[in-house]
Amino acid sequence: MINVWTIAKREYRLYFSSPVAYMLAFFLFLVLGFFFSYSVQIASSAMGMQQGYVPGVDITMQPMAVMLVLLTPALTTRLLAEERRLGTIELLMTAPVRDWELVVGKWLGAFMLLLTYLAVSLIYPMILNQLISPGVDQGPLLTGYLGLILLSAATVAVGVFVSSLFSNQIAAFAATMGVVIFLWWIIGVIGQVAGQTGGATELARYLDYSGHFYENLLRGVVDLRDVVYYLSVTALSLFLSAMSIEVRRWG
Amino acid sequence: MIRVEGLTKDYGLRRAIEDLTFDAQKGEILGFLGPNGAGKTTTMRILTGYMPPTSGTAQVAGFDVVDQSLEVRRRVGYMPETVPLYPDMTVFDYLKFMADLRQVANAEDRVDELLERLGLLDRAESYIANLSKGMRQRVGLAQALVHSPEVLILDEPTIGLDPAQIIEVRNLIKELGKDHTILLSTHILSEAQQVCNRVMIINRGRIVAEDTPERLQDRLTGSRRVSVQVGGDGDGLASVVASVPGVARLTEKEDGRLEFETVPGMDPRAEVARAIIQAGYDLLEMRPYGVSLEEIFLQLTRDEPTPPQPAEEEMLDESMSDMKDLNLKS
Ligand SMILES: Nc1ncnc2c1ncn2[C@@H]1O[C@H](COP(=O)(O)OP(=O)(O)O)[C@@H](O)[C@H]1O
Ligand SMILES: [Mg+2]
Repeated sequence: MINVWTIAKREYRLYFSSPVAYMLAFFLFLVLGFFFSYSVQIASSAMGMQQGYVPGVDITMQPMAVMLVLLTPALTTRLLAEERRLGTIELLMTAPVRDWELVVGKWLGAFMLLLTYLAVSLIYPMILNQLISPGVDQGPLLTGYLGLILLSAATVAVGVFVSSLFSNQIAAFAATMGVVIFLWWIIGVIGQVAGQTGGATELARYLDYSGHFYENLLRGVVDLRDVVYYLSVTALSLFLSAMSIEVRRWG
Repeated sequence: MIRVEGLTKDYGLRRAIEDLTFDAQKGEILGFLGPNGAGKTTTMRILTGYMPPTSGTAQVAGFDVVDQSLEVRRRVGYMPETVPLYPDMTVFDYLKFMADLRQVANAEDRVDELLERLGLLDRAESYIANLSKGMRQRVGLAQALVHSPEVLILDEPTIGLDPAQIIEVRNLIKELGKDHTILLSTHILSEAQQVCNRVMIINRGRIVAEDTPERLQDRLTGSRRVSVQVGGDGDGLASVVASVPGVARLTEKEDGRLEFETVPGMDPRAEVARAIIQAGYDLLEMRPYGVSLEEIFLQLTRDEPTPPQPAEEEMLDESMSDMKDLNLKS
């Protein structure tokens, strides 16, 4: 278990000793800042007042979800693919570290960076809380952040798995991007199409990666199925990553 | 410390090592000598728990490399052939990380100790990306030593170094041999000769000879070649030496100097020295010369193409290699 922490700590620190962590933070908060100020502006405009528009906490949580998904490939690509390229994986695989500890450590390092971003992003609801009366709705804020945490955990785990399959960084990045875009946008569309033709609607809806976030957690509803869904994706991806390392041992 | 029996590894259809059997005692520096593609790295990767063998067993420090892999890995320090390191870490941070992974107590002190021992103190805060090849090699060694392992496995530890660095690393290895059991691989013969207590020659996945460097030499030639030098003129020296039992094929060189071969299985050197002195000559020098491991190696591996062959082809060649084994081991 302590090995997980040793590995995670190294990854987390490494993000900050290179420009990666700062660059991603810059993009993330640029986008969030834009959505935030745009919504606040609309609300304080004549038209917004007229229609009684009051911005909610989702004005930053919704773009945050999309950004987390899009930024994850930049964080996870390196994790195992880089070890393979450098050959350092040979030392990790001959250290007294279990394959799952290695994989979970890598996952935790990147996950902690996203948690850091999430913590910083709380500043927007806090400001919003000052701007509107009687303050922000706490329910959706809590469930929304629960959703963002689960979403980060799952997406990073998917990234770790893809990274475990490659030694070429560019290929790993492209593949991870492809996979998250598929999960976030395409599965949902397939689900809708399938729903119209009356096919396996339930299944398609269950697999919808973004749906679990948008339809319940963002709206202040905690459905155990959504939580289980993201945790399952996380566990399955990490399990497959460990398998992928194990399989390579048999070369 | 290391006990290997019938170890075989196939990569798909390609057989990388076949039926290797050997062991290494505590405190021994065992050399693994063979050309590229002989299977040295493959064997080491099995011994370090990186990958399992296709068949056969291996025990390191008393634990099975497959069933008790973690126990083995705790007791082995390994420096892979390419000395993989993280370029974006400092030397200190890297070694601290490796020490933490090995759960070394007082990791920072241990790292400082190693930095000092390996002459890396002034590089502690340098990024690994900026180190010379020689320095990287030392960091690789430090990493392998960080948990004071019982067994050290070093894959071609001097490859790519300049001559001064090579000497330095060899001396370091000899030094380390006092406290650790070492298995090192090399394709440089003089290296094996200088550094190792015992040498195994491996070619195309098979052990073709195994012994001390000196005895390997004897075994191949069945005799030694000795060179003698006396002071002043050496009139009559040849007949004095030739009269000692066990001396054969004597040749006179320049004045006061001659060479002879010993009869296989006999070592008449002490007798020869005594005879020379009793006859009133000033014996200045008497030393073995001649067939080096290098020649043995060439002889062992001559006629055999080094490029790897698929497993099936290897089978066809088996009878030939067997003959070679017989010659050597008889
Ligand atoms: N990962 C691998 N996949 C397939 N073949 C391999 C692999 N590693 C080594 N080999 C083959 O196995 C043989 C032994 O290689 P290796 O153990 O690296 O030899 P050495 O270290 O003595 O140069 C060679 O024929 C090599 O091509
Ligand atoms: Mg090799």
